Amino acid sequence: MTGGRENVGIVIVSHSPLVARGAADMVRQMVGDSVPLAWCGGNPAGGLGTDTGAILKAIEEAWSEAGVAIFVDLGGAETNSEMAVEMVDKGRAGRIVICNAPIVEGAVIAAAEASGGASLAKVVATAQELSPT
Amino acid sequence: MIVISEPGNAHDCAAWMGRVIEACRDAIATEENRLCDLDRAIGDGDHGTNMRRGLEALASERQRLSAMPFAEAMIAAGTILVMNIGGAAGPLYGTLLLEIGKGLSIDGLEFPQVFQKAVTAVAQRGRSSPGDKTLLDVLYPLSDELTKHTHPQRLAGKVQGFADMTIEMKALRGRASFLGERSVGHMDPGAASCALLAATVCRELTEAGVA
Ligand SMILES: [Mg+2]
Repeated sequence: MTGGRENVGIVIVSHSPLVARGAADMVRQMVGDSVPLAWCGGNPAGGLGTDTGAILKAIEEAWSEAGVAIFVDLGGAETNSEMAVEMVDKGRAGRIVICNAPIVEGAVIAAAEASGGASLAKVVATAQELSPT
Repeated sequence: MIVISEPGNAHDCAAWMGRVIEACRDAIATEENRLCDLDRAIGDGDHGTNMRRGLEALASERQRLSAMPFAEAMIAAGTILVMNIGGAAGPLYGTLLLEIGKGLSIDGLEFPQVFQKAVTAVAQRGRSSPGDKTLLDVLYPLSDELTKHTHPQRLAGKVQGFADMTIEMKALRGRASFLGERSVGHMDPGAASCALLAATVCRELTEAGVA
């Protein structure tokens, strides 16, 4: 988690720590240390699920003044991420976006975009182009 | 829960809150397997375990919660549920309690109005509506009964009927929606836990002679 602090950060939230970590590995392979990146997966007891506290920590870890784009898998990851964003202090919450994009492809494409110094809006738009509607 | 926002006696209220939390924890613990079975049929099978973890966390903090003013305790309890349930139910139940707490802090609102607003907030959080086969199918009729000032004892006997109505519904939200028509014929686990908790709170209100 060194370097690239000025670039948009990426957070990956899956129900499974293996999925989250695997997606993060793929991001790192693409962009190295040039974007802040954090992941979390699993419920507070370590099983499959989501953990709002862990999401908050991941946002903190990947924080960039340029903002943070969050990638989620299924419903609970999205709802818990929304809850986490509401718990972040107000000055930051406006610079965090939960993306409507596939978790792996979205995170990789967003990170590639972010590594070039793109704005949060551009990073999010590029990832969301992957999702129809 | 209904008129306890104006407790005659702060000490009674604190003791009552502690008892309600324990009763809810016990009810969920007893029904954990049934809730998991319901979730296994149309979802991922973790609802009972998740709810149990949430209620255990709440119970372990019941002394701290009981010492707080009611509205504050609701906000703190909502946060505990969000942080501990570990599934979509966390933000949904958490939002319900957080919004009840916030609503009670607004002067001039009666509990039924506060509850109604909180239920709307849960619907927004889940981006769902009544009829989607979720816990909202218990919360909305429950809110209507509160507005009609139905006695908690009667309400305790009615809420399971609301959850039963979800059996014939087709799921439109959550993982059960992936099953489409195959979700018909199963009770929604969120509606089931919601009915269970509502009945438990209503019974505690009845026992405490609050109505
Ligand atoms: Mg589940």
